[in-house]
Amino acid sequence: MLGFVLRRFGVAIPTILVIITVAFFMMRVAPGGPFDLERPMPEETRQVIMASYGLDKPLIFQYFDYMGNLFQGDLGPSLKLRDKNVAEIIAEGFPVSATIGLLSMLLAIGLGTLLGSIAALKQNSGTDFSVMTFAMVGISIPPFVMGPILALVFGLYLGLVPTGGLDPRYGMTPDRLILPVITLALPQIAIIARLMRASMIEVVRSNYIRTARAKGLSAPAVIIRHALRSAILPLVSYLGPASAAVISGSLVIERVFQLPGIGKHFVDAALQRDYTVVMGVVIVYATLIIVLNLLADLLYGVLNPKVKYES
Amino acid sequence: MLTTPQEKAELLEKAAVRGRSLWDDARARLMRNRAAVVSMIVLGTLVFLATIGQLLWVHDYDTIYRDRVWIGPTMENLHILGTDAQGRDMVARILVGLGVSLMVGIVATFVSLVIGVTWGATAGFIGGRVDQLMMRFVDILYSLPFIFFVIILMVTFGRNIVLIFVAIGAVEWLTMARIVRGQTIALKGMEFVEAAHAAGVSRPNIIQRHIIPNVLGPVVVYVTLMIPVVILAESFLSFLGLGVQEPLTSLGRLISAGAQDMEPAPWTLIGPAVTMMVTLFCLNFIGDGLRDAIDPKDR
Repeated sequence: MLGFVLRRFGVAIPTILVIITVAFFMMRVAPGGPFDLERPMPEETRQVIMASYGLDKPLIFQYFDYMGNLFQGDLGPSLKLRDKNVAEIIAEGFPVSATIGLLSMLLAIGLGTLLGSIAALKQNSGTDFSVMTFAMVGISIPPFVMGPILALVFGLYLGLVPTGGLDPRYGMTPDRLILPVITLALPQIAIIARLMRASMIEVVRSNYIRTARAKGLSAPAVIIRHALRSAILPLVSYLGPASAAVISGSLVIERVFQLPGIGKHFVDAALQRDYTVVMGVVIVYATLIIVLNLLADLLYGVLNPKVKYES
Repeated sequence: MLTTPQEKAELLEKAAVRGRSLWDDARARLMRNRAAVVSMIVLGTLVFLATIGQLLWVHDYDTIYRDRVWIGPTMENLHILGTDAQGRDMVARILVGLGVSLMVGIVATFVSLVIGVTWGATAGFIGGRVDQLMMRFVDILYSLPFIFFVIILMVTFGRNIVLIFVAIGAVEWLTMARIVRGQTIALKGMEFVEAAHAAGVSRPNIIQRHIIPNVLGPVVVYVTLMIPVVILAESFLSFLGLGVQEPLTSLGRLISAGAQDMEPAPWTLIGPAVTMMVTLFCLNFIGDGLRDAIDPKDR
């Protein structure tokens, strides 16, 4: 087990380094620079500013400077937002993004498992059909359609939730979080419900479930103690991709609902060539996704005794 | 479905000659799936509208009527789905957007199909260390936040429609590679392949007669289910302002604009959003139907 974890870290660390390197050079190849887009400034001024950020050096030296600072935990200053460094921007945005993401994942796993299991146990019934229709809707409606519609209906027409976005000054109260969380979770609820249904259908047909029933266990005991345990395995291996999907989805959600998370910074920063902010967000999210994938794999091994880590 | 006596006779004749193939069975099962059949008809109509219909429609997608900004759905001047913030006809824009979205879906899926099948089949055939290395590479790519790279790519090389195809296709080939590799390895060890080999059938013939038809099923299913994923990915980029450029449009771009003008002009959101949902519904239903038809064991 420990060997497995170490081996995975052995792959993960070079992977992150490659991601950082590729992102760094791709960003720099992009035409334009952080100081080109504003009002035109005198060339000498621009040179001075570029030099003060070390952007006048050859690219390869900039790269080594960046990596050197990174290893000391310094993500550098933002090139566009004055008086802020990247670490501060991320520290401000991360709690919002993480809360939304985590709540969405929990909602998706809970509701998806429940709906999928119910559909499977009542296969080909009206319930099954409604759940699968709901799942199809969830997969077919993109979050950036769902978000504005929900905001329009619940915020503007019904007045149940505030429409002004989630301003940190008012705190992260449930009524401000509910719409973003639901919007972000919906496609995942749908995918998990479909996964769960397929795997549950397969499991309840297996011999050991028939045995459990034959020996007189009650239906809930058979399902919860026996069927669910193995039916949930495909879901566990989906958790890695699911977390990546939630993180990508948050880029859109934070824009739709005007949330001050870090995803919202990313696209703006990329368009404005705010190199350090782009790099900071990529590093945080890449690390997060890789760690979550590793955790999902470990969890899979814990739940499925057939998996052996040594080999 | 296959009702005319002529067709029946032809089918019977074929059946007499070579029996019912895997594909005949699959087709029959697919035709019994009402959701899939309806979806095929609806999707066919949409494809027709997006290709021929936009040429025949009275308005052009980029004609700006300065005096007709944000007109609601009306029969006057045939703006049956209204006009947008610049006074362009919504029907024309939706048809063009649908065409672009479908094209992105098909081309990007094709790109990922080529990469995925080549990668997966190579890994599966060669096996051993090469296979391990190639699949480990896929595993690593799987855990990357690809959307970030696509965004950086779009920023770096400008918002070029060809690049959208390539970028999305390059991201989505991983699952295809896994599926094809799994199938290839499973098939290599199958008795009927061994039997064909023992009977002296040549290697190209085995590949053509046994391997390709058997790999094809899952691949076809996955391709159908991938087109909606790609369309979503493109609209995701468009929503973030990184997709196709004005005056050309895509469903994602229309939805993004509609979401901004939702309060004064809800029809600019509803038209494209419904079109997109119907398209994705159809593709998903067809994909599910195909999967059940080709691999019916889970039904």
